[in-house]
Amino acid sequence: MQVSITINGTKQSHDVEPRTLLVHYIREHANLTGTNIGCDTSSCGACTLHLDGEAVKSCTILAAQADGGSVTTIEGLSKNGEMHPMQKAFMENHGLQCGYCTPGMVMAAIGLLNENPKPTEDEVRLGLEGNLCRCTGYHNIVKSVLAAAKK
Amino acid sequence: MIPAAFDYKRAGSADEAIALIGQYGDEAKFLAGGHSLIPLMKLRLAQPTVLVDIGRVKDLSYVKDAGDHIAIGALTRHMDVEKSPVLAQHVPLLAHAASHVGDAQVRHRGTIGGSIAHADPASDLPATTLALGATYVVQGPKGKREIAAKDFYKGFLESALAADEMLVEIKVPKMNGAGWSFQKFNRRAQDWAIVGVAAWRNNGTSGVALVNMGSTPVLASAVSTALSKGASVADAAAHAADDAEPQGDLNASVEYRTHLAKVLVRRALEEASK
Repeated sequence: MQVSITINGTKQSHDVEPRTLLVHYIREHANLTGTNIGCDTSSCGACTLHLDGEAVKSCTILAAQADGGSVTTIEGLSKNGEMHPMQKAFMENHGLQCGYCTPGMVMAAIGLLNENPKPTEDEVRLGLEGNLCRCTGYHNIVKSVLAAAKK
Repeated sequence: MIPAAFDYKRAGSADEAIALIGQYGDEAKFLAGGHSLIPLMKLRLAQPTVLVDIGRVKDLSYVKDAGDHIAIGALTRHMDVEKSPVLAQHVPLLAHAASHVGDAQVRHRGTIGGSIAHADPASDLPATTLALGATYVVQGPKGKREIAAKDFYKGFLESALAADEMLVEIKVPKMNGAGWSFQKFNRRAQDWAIVGVAAWRNNGTSGVALVNMGSTPVLASAVSTALSKGASVADAAAHAADDAEPQGDLNASVEYRTHLAKVLVRRALEEASK
C-alpha cells in the first residue's frame, strides 16, 4: 500500500506492506537511521519520535496508521546547523554515555517539555519512565532536561 | 520483530468498521491505538489476516457529562482520559488510573476502549471501570446493547463482545465525592502491575477491583460485603483475595500475589477512607 508521511517537513511516499512498522518506514524507506530500535517491544523508548507533535514509540505503530501524518525524528531537530536546545543541554551536561538511548531520550524529553514546560525533577523522572538507559546514566539525563527547561 | 502479513482496511465510522469486520469474519481484528494488539502480533501470538483500523473514527473520542454518569468514547486515548477536567471532577479514580497506564508514549496512542476490549487482567482500566460499576456500550450489525462491566470479562483476553461487535462507549457512574485510591505494585515504572487495586468508598457503599489477580479483572465483592457489615479496613482487607484465583509467574508466586493483594487493598481502603 502507498503510505505518505511528512518527515521533518518533507512529504514522502513509499509503497510498503501493511505490516511495515513506522520505525522501519523511517529507517529503511526514508533512510533516516537516527531513530534506533532497542527492545522492539515498546518498553525501552529508543525508537521514540514525534507523530503529529507527540512523543510515540515507532516500533508499536504501523506506518499505515501514520499515513497522512507528520513525523519529526532526531534528524529534524537542528535548525540552520544549530542543535536544538535539548540536544545542546544533553551535550553540556554529559547526558549520554554510549548514546544508544539518546535519540529516543531527546525526543521524549522535548515531548515532555511541550506538555509541561517547567517540570520538577520528579516530574522529569516520571515523564521519562518510558525510556531506558542501559548505561544507567539517568542522573545526567535528568540534569540535561532540567537545564533545557530553564532555557 | 515484524507481524505476520495481513490486509489493512481503514474505517471512517463505527458503522463502516462493523460492516468490514462482518465481511471478514473471525480472522479480522479491530485496530485502535494498537498498543496491546501490535505487540501480540509482533510476537506472533496473534495473527489476524485482516486489520480494520478504527483509529481515525474521531467521533468516538470524547468525555461527556451525561447527568448521573460520564460517557467516554471508546477511542478516547489514555492521555485524554488522564487530563480530562470532567473526569478529574466526577471520576477522579479513573483519570488517575489512566495516568498509570504504560508511559507517556503509550498513553498518547492507547485507548480506553482498546484496553477494555483486549480484556487483559493485568491492565489497569478494565479493573478500574469494574470497580466503578461501569457499563460498556457495544455496537453490532443489529444495533447497540449494553453490558455491565461485571458481566463483560469471560476469561484471559476473552470478553462478552461478539466477533462482529465493537465497543463504542464506556458509561461510568459519577463518584459523588467518594474517597478513592489506586494502588499499583510493579518492578519498573512502566510495567504492568504485579498486583493492582482500584477502590472507592462512600457512606457504607464501596467498590474494589483487582488487577492481575486471575484470568480476568476481579471484583473483590467479599471486601465490599465485609465493609457493608461494619468490618474495619484491616478485617475487610483480609478478604481481598477471596474472589481471586491468581496465577504464579516470573514476577510473583500465587502466595506472594495473594499476600500482596491483601496489603494493597488495606492501603487502598485506608487512603479511600480519609
